[in-house]
Amino acid sequence: MSHDFLQMHLKAVISCLLIFLYKVHTTKAGQFFSSGHTNNWAVLVCTSRFWFNYRHVANTLSVYRSVKRLGIPDSHIVLMLADDMACNYRNPKPATVFSHKNMELNVYGDDVEVDYRGYEVTVENFLRVLTGRLPPSTPRSKRLLSDDRSNILIYLTGHGGNGFLKFQDSEEISNMELADAFEQMWQKRRYNELLFIIDTCQGASMYERFYSPNLMALASSQVGEDSLSHQPDLAIGVHLMDKYTFYLLEFLEEVHPASQANMNDLFKVCPQSQCVSTPGHRTDLFQRDPGSVLITDFFGSVRKVEITKDTINLTSPVEPPIQRSGSGDIQIESLTYVDQLPVAEIIHQKPKQKDWHPPDGFILGLWTLILLVFFQTYGIKHLKHIF
Amino acid sequence: MIQETHSDTIVASPVYTRYIYIKKKKRLVASHFCRLPLSVVELFKVGESFTAAARDQFQEELVIRPLHSGDIYASFQFRTLWDTDFLQERQKVSHYRLFPKSLGQVLSKFSVRELHISFTQGFWRTMQWGQPFIPSPPGAELWVWFHDTVSDVDGNWKELTNVLSGIFCASLNFIDLTNTVQPSASFKPLGLGNATDHRFLRYATLPREIVCTENLTPWKKLLPCGSKAGLSVLLKSEKLFHSSFHSQAVHIRPVCQDEQCTSKAWELRQTLNVVFDLYTSGQGKKEWSLFKMFSRTLTEACPLATSSKVYVDITDNPELFELSPATPLLSQAVVLGDRRTYSVFDLTRAEMFGQLRSLNLLLRWKGDSDMLRPLLHAERYVAGFGLQTGEIHTVIYNNHPYRAFPVLLMDSVPWYLQLYIHTLTVTSKSRDNKPSYIHYQPAKDRHRPHLLEMLIQLPPHSMTEVTVQFERALLKWTEYTPDPNHGFYVGSSVVSALVPSMVAMNTNFTQDQPLFSSFVPVKEESSYFVRVYTEPLLVNLPTPDFSMPYNVICLTCTVVAVGYGSFYNLLTRTFQVDEPSLPLAKRLANLIRRIRGVPLLA
Repeated sequence: MSHDFLQMHLKAVISCLLIFLYKVHTTKAGQFFSSGHTNNWAVLVCTSRFWFNYRHVANTLSVYRSVKRLGIPDSHIVLMLADDMACNYRNPKPATVFSHKNMELNVYGDDVEVDYRGYEVTVENFLRVLTGRLPPSTPRSKRLLSDDRSNILIYLTGHGGNGFLKFQDSEEISNMELADAFEQMWQKRRYNELLFIIDTCQGASMYERFYSPNLMALASSQVGEDSLSHQPDLAIGVHLMDKYTFYLLEFLEEVHPASQANMNDLFKVCPQSQCVSTPGHRTDLFQRDPGSVLITDFFGSVRKVEITKDTINLTSPVEPPIQRSGSGDIQIESLTYVDQLPVAEIIHQKPKQKDWHPPDGFILGLWTLILLVFFQTYGIKHLKHIF
Repeated sequence: MIQETHSDTIVASPVYTRYIYIKKKKRLVASHFCRLPLSVVELFKVGESFTAAARDQFQEELVIRPLHSGDIYASFQFRTLWDTDFLQERQKVSHYRLFPKSLGQVLSKFSVRELHISFTQGFWRTMQWGQPFIPSPPGAELWVWFHDTVSDVDGNWKELTNVLSGIFCASLNFIDLTNTVQPSASFKPLGLGNATDHRFLRYATLPREIVCTENLTPWKKLLPCGSKAGLSVLLKSEKLFHSSFHSQAVHIRPVCQDEQCTSKAWELRQTLNVVFDLYTSGQGKKEWSLFKMFSRTLTEACPLATSSKVYVDITDNPELFELSPATPLLSQAVVLGDRRTYSVFDLTRAEMFGQLRSLNLLLRWKGDSDMLRPLLHAERYVAGFGLQTGEIHTVIYNNHPYRAFPVLLMDSVPWYLQLYIHTLTVTSKSRDNKPSYIHYQPAKDRHRPHLLEMLIQLPPHSMTEVTVQFERALLKWTEYTPDPNHGFYVGSSVVSALVPSMVAMNTNFTQDQPLFSSFVPVKEESSYFVRVYTEPLLVNLPTPDFSMPYNVICLTCTVVAVGYGSFYNLLTRTFQVDEPSLPLAKRLANLIRRIRGVPLLA
């Protein structure tokens, strides 16, 4: 009897629990806790130098533009551009970088902050940014200050090959180095989930070697295939964008902060009919189902907001005390500006010697001593052999 | 934290928040820097309650000067004056209003007495355009005077360059000891002070530095009104960078607070000089307007500014060009040794903007006139051929008909151009001209550049040439940039001089002087201080073939494989007789033959 009662009780409890869990999963509170991240970061890198690689800078700036539009602030974006295309002397329209939406979209814009530019974009700096091992005097805007609840988006573009990506025509990063850097990030708990997108030739080779958890990767082409560029522009004279990023930008322009588009839609961007190369992706290291991952989990910075109807008392603003510098000592003598070119003073200026030199006459005295000792030892008669 | 608000008012708080809201577009934008909220009316209210506590004031000014080649020169100056002491030990400054917090923190942390940083794209053509109000060399230039309490100047300098590279989004972290010099007589402080011990001065240039919108964006964010109100609405990057010359600078120095000059105040000046070309921006027509230059017109003055004025230089024959809208306000100022007349547009007066609430100045030329030749001009070039030796020539012109004056020439040459200082010659009018002061600090390979400073007396109406021979060094292969065939840059020479003035300069310091004439302190009436920068040089260093390591590895591996491989085979290969296996038919035949007892097949 008691056994039956217990069983019934147990069943009731279990069913209640199941109903509760189901409710949690589908209600807003459930969605509140499903993604697990609290902040978003983005590291966008363009690795190519020279004017004819204009399209790589345009690629990176398109992703920068989308990411900013969807809410990630400049302080959370590390933008690395290996060369300056906007103010390049060969650019017929200075301070602009166009993507190929009929030449209407200036992805450079008026409000852009590039953190690493020109010669600073090196493999070493990129790996230091990822792993956080930067010299202590590095400013905050150049650091990736992510924690274990950050979702990071990493976008790389440039010229690549099977297993490597070329930086600035002088060095490469290999897929093993990249995988090890991500493992370091995982061990230091520098990310919650990481989305890696690469738009280069044979891009899929770069994510083959990943072995850390919570990584999802997308590439614009498989091993053995080349990523192609979109049409050239006759006024500017170079190709403006790569095909994969062009269709990616088109897709992202439709996304807004409240959209429910998920990763499966992102995998369908640019099929082989449009891109000529076959985009690839890798989700085996990722723990959640890609269909449940929103695009804005990585590309945007959508915050969960709790709206309250209660009133909150803010304290009245504190008046700072009036600061009077050196009020005790009254300066009676007036201060003057320095003379900009005091000719007389300069002419009579004695050059400051920082290196120590022996006092004057020391060398002369030393030689006299040496000669004296020599002639004392060997006698004065040797003098006639000298003269 | 970012919060979405659906109301139209902006949350204004006296404590600075890190993120700002754009009211109209309901977009969320964040910035590095602590900035004031944007609502203009709220801004004014907040400002009023704090005038008692923080005594700071802001002035903005735009000077438009038509040039003789048909180009037009526009110079913006934004000045914030603040009576405070950043360097006091007892109490840290924590309440910022108009002065940007990022710069204030930099000043107190590194004990900076004066800071001058400029970013320039293009070269100022003195002979065609005259003298600029505030000169700057191409690329980035940074010079800093530290306070005497600093014990490790080099350490502070290195950290300061890193912090500034983050603030201005420029690669200033490439400034290190290999391109920093310590001038011994040039670059005296432009602010108040007595002692000038040059051990606390550091100067560096990066001639290769590119200036683009990413440098303009943080520069605009330092202004109290941002780029939303006042003169800064004209600063649109698409027009500013499509020009012959663009220079933006930040100058911080202590100045006199009032006419008696008993106490110090900190002055922050942000200047932006731009020259628009007649043909690229002007479409060949000698007709300029604010809309044509900046693609914007002025709508209001910055509410935080105590004065907001536009000056247009109409000295050169007022009949020759027409200015509209006409204004009765005229002002005369003595600047750069010349008395110039300006039409003044005071933007704090609402009637300036008319019914359309916008001010668009229009200048139309009717004829040509002659330009006054600038009195001091300098050029520099590299002579010689080949990749081993060369010669640097610096030519300084004195165009004054009868007066001679001294100039201080400062040259900073990187270590990889090894100067032969015994070949230094200074000639004026084909005769030797011995400098009255020479300071030379030789370079140390990979540690320190050459520094040469000379005080030369220029005879009237003459050309002085300074030549020195050099040899190019071979760098280690890791020291080359990714594009070494472009060449290596040598920074501009700096020529500082007190040029005799034709008009008496004003030595009194008054509060209502226009900003462009009060930048350099004037000590005597008969001369004015001017600084001229020469062109930077581009020299080719002998470049190795960077594919050689790859070639060597391939060749070595091939030789080893072929040579050692065959030798190894010779030593270890043994020959064994191999019985070939018979095909199936023959095997069956052999089986039958064995049964029959007949000899087998081979």
